[in-house]
Amino acid sequence: MGILDSKVPAGPLADKWTNHKNQIDLVNPANKRNIDIIIVGTGLAGGAAAATLAELGYNVKTFCYQDSPRRAHSIAAQGGINAAKNYQGDGDSNYRLFYDTVKGGDYRSREANVYRLAEVSANIIDQCVAQGVPFAREYGGLLDNRSFGGVLVSRTFYAKGQTGQQLLLGAYAAMNRQINRGKIKSYTRHEMMDLVKIDGKARGIIARNLVTGEIERHSAHAVVLATGGYGNVFFLSTNAMGSNVMAAWRAHRKGAFFANPCYTQIHPTCIPVSGDHQSKLTLMSESLRNDGRIWVPKRLEDAQAIREGKLTPLQLKEEDRDYYLERRYPAFGNLVPRDVASRAAKERCDAGFGVNKTGEAVYLDFASAIERYGKEKAMTSGIKNPDKNTITTLGKEVIEAKYGNLFQMYEKIVDENPYETPMMIYPAVHYTMGGLWVDYNLQTTVEGCYAAGEANFSDHGANRLGASALMQGLADGYFVLPYTIGDYLSNDIRTGAIPTDAPEFDAAEKEVKDRLSKLMGGKGLHSVDYYHKKLGKIMWNKCGMARNAKHLNEAIEEISALRADFWENVKIPGDANGMNQELEKAGRVADFLELGELFAKDALNRNESCGGHFREEYQTPEGEALRDDENYRYVAAWEYKGAPKDAVLHKEELVYENIELKTRSYK
Amino acid sequence: MKLTLKIWRQKDAASKGKMVDYPISGVEGDMSFLEMLDVLNEQLINKGEEPVEFDHDCREGICGTCSLQINGEPHGPDRLVTTCQLHMRKFNDGDTIVIEPFRATAFPVLKDLIVDRSALDRIQQSGGYISVNTSGNTVDANAIPINKHDADEAMDAATCIGCGACVAACKNASAMLFTSAKVSQFALLPQGQIEATERVQNMVRQMDLEGFGNCTNTGACEVECPKGISLENIARMNREYYSASLKG
Repeated sequence: MGILDSKVPAGPLADKWTNHKNQIDLVNPANKRNIDIIIVGTGLAGGAAAATLAELGYNVKTFCYQDSPRRAHSIAAQGGINAAKNYQGDGDSNYRLFYDTVKGGDYRSREANVYRLAEVSANIIDQCVAQGVPFAREYGGLLDNRSFGGVLVSRTFYAKGQTGQQLLLGAYAAMNRQINRGKIKSYTRHEMMDLVKIDGKARGIIARNLVTGEIERHSAHAVVLATGGYGNVFFLSTNAMGSNVMAAWRAHRKGAFFANPCYTQIHPTCIPVSGDHQSKLTLMSESLRNDGRIWVPKRLEDAQAIREGKLTPLQLKEEDRDYYLERRYPAFGNLVPRDVASRAAKERCDAGFGVNKTGEAVYLDFASAIERYGKEKAMTSGIKNPDKNTITTLGKEVIEAKYGNLFQMYEKIVDENPYETPMMIYPAVHYTMGGLWVDYNLQTTVEGCYAAGEANFSDHGANRLGASALMQGLADGYFVLPYTIGDYLSNDIRTGAIPTDAPEFDAAEKEVKDRLSKLMGGKGLHSVDYYHKKLGKIMWNKCGMARNAKHLNEAIEEISALRADFWENVKIPGDANGMNQELEKAGRVADFLELGELFAKDALNRNESCGGHFREEYQTPEGEALRDDENYRYVAAWEYKGAPKDAVLHKEELVYENIELKTRSYK
Repeated sequence: MKLTLKIWRQKDAASKGKMVDYPISGVEGDMSFLEMLDVLNEQLINKGEEPVEFDHDCREGICGTCSLQINGEPHGPDRLVTTCQLHMRKFNDGDTIVIEPFRATAFPVLKDLIVDRSALDRIQQSGGYISVNTSGNTVDANAIPINKHDADEAMDAATCIGCGACVAACKNASAMLFTSAKVSQFALLPQGQIEATERVQNMVRQMDLEGFGNCTNTGACEVECPKGISLENIARMNREYYSASLKG
């Protein structure tokens, strides 16, 4: 296992990062001007890293497939960003945020990384406020907080239901400042097609200009991949249509180990699927669980009557409803972590209690919250003995102020008024905790190739807590990479510009061009979406919320066969010299067809249930996840060896010195 | 539902484009407008024709990638939604729907319904930021208290998604609503005061350089804006601009 050196610095947990920063090498400002860095992906992690590295003086090139850096999918995050500020004085601290995150991740993340994340979290808020990010405030002018699933403190900062948008626009603005100074060159509508290695080190990329179809060579002294997650392997997810694994997978094929691919977060509160035409799923922020109560009918016949349209939820009396999260988990109730909430919804729907046509939906009900807030508002407005109507009207106003944009979005999509009738929700693929294996410095197993944000595996273990993705993306980009990458680049001050006419660039470019020709040369039987949807069905049915060995073995076979079929028979109209969205999709789906198989293999290897990975064979009699710390307390990092089924497993043992491993309980 | 689509087809930036008719059937009310186009494209691909290319990404109304002029309106007939969140239940069986790209001199067509909106990025690059280093070594966040009303108003301006509907709606193809949203966000916050003069001057200069037209107060931009960005922002930008002119 010599290869997987996590490079976690020695010393007490709370001092590791400070000591490490004090000991690593720095690059002097004059030399930074001679060093180039490529950053692929311009979301929170990539955008923040680009801004900071350019500000430090490096020459930065950014690449994104979108038409502007501002469109990266970080923008869609709704609920908030965690930080251990303890502004509410409710007992928060770096340690508590660290503890909650490790516990929430079901003890499958790396202690030192998580502590660092908690440690820099407070700085993120300071930074963003200085940049003019308009976080929600209280009447006294100070910042407001809300609570999120899996924790007992209020540490989440937010900007209405658009926190990701505001943070991304902050990072985008910081990038713009550097673009205006000429320190960042931004390549939009460009897709990374391959990583170029020279003497074992990442020294550049091959990119395709998505407008002209040109294949371009770009060199640098280091390459950062901040390209997000791979949730779209399921076809239907809350990811953007273009979100893909290509950059990470290309790096994997060039030697970067891929860690824990089976750790996928299925988010409990999404709008249910409405039909076969569906192209993507829409999330309803977890913050809704602060006020919404989740339930299904107690009796099967009621559920059936609702499905057939003979009964409405409003007709069902309080005692005929099963608030199953409150029943099963009295301590956390509707605010259990996402994996627990999702599985509980699936359990009820599988048992026949689902409430929409497809039987795959549960209610998220705001009636109690409307009543509670309405009474409070009546009191503070001086209305004594308010009648029911007044209470409801006032309560709806409060709910609208809190969640108005989400309620509006729901109504536009579902065509029902969630103020009057309970929302219907069902779990959907949302975030992938797995990703490229990185050490403490965020370097992958390819020297000079770094991975940040959702693209790496390091901080969330087997399950991510709400409002932690934004925190990790910005922490990696603003505060971690700028230090650790400098340490690596201090060896490159005499290297000079990397020539793009090296034979390694020739070879990589040829490989890319051959691959594109091969895609264009398919026999033309089926569209790219046909294959993507088939892959998605296999993934959802056999590698979804509950997995077992039989299904996973089948998935491996089926995906492998589908991949062969794809390369033989895919149909891509037009040509490769110019804009061709079908060709773009095809390249991405081709990589999903490899990743999907590795995903299943990883899930099959992990004979335990932890976080988002639930194996039916490993559960308690009450249906709770059964972890196996003795045999599986490790990161599974896979080395590419040709076909995904031949990937070789490397383990990084997880050491817990500052936290006691316990069975996660939210009861 | 059966519909007739009249869609702008254009091979690339250099070619001439034209409207082409496409009949489509089996459209359901629960489909989004873009899912309806997915169905059309699947049919075109299976017939061996080239699909219609259009910009889209998040499909939840926040990334600002999708566009489309639908029956003459940016993002179509519904209010406060982007095209990706427009649902087919807003149309009727037998309707003819005209689908064009966003039209503006500053938005050249790249292919079919895809336009180049990088001019909007360049406006932001010219001054849409606060010049603080991203080292995290700033004051504590609560050391800058901000009146809730101002913070909320700044947030309202900041929710612009940069889709360009305001430009496409405007008979002058003006980008005033877009530019003023960013100017307003910072004008309303204490953090934005220090660079206020340069910011508004630089952003307005870049806006003019890109070939966007002037504002004649028709208010079409506000009506069509999927995020409800208010015209007040334009008034605020004008005020900022004049006061910047006086300061020099």
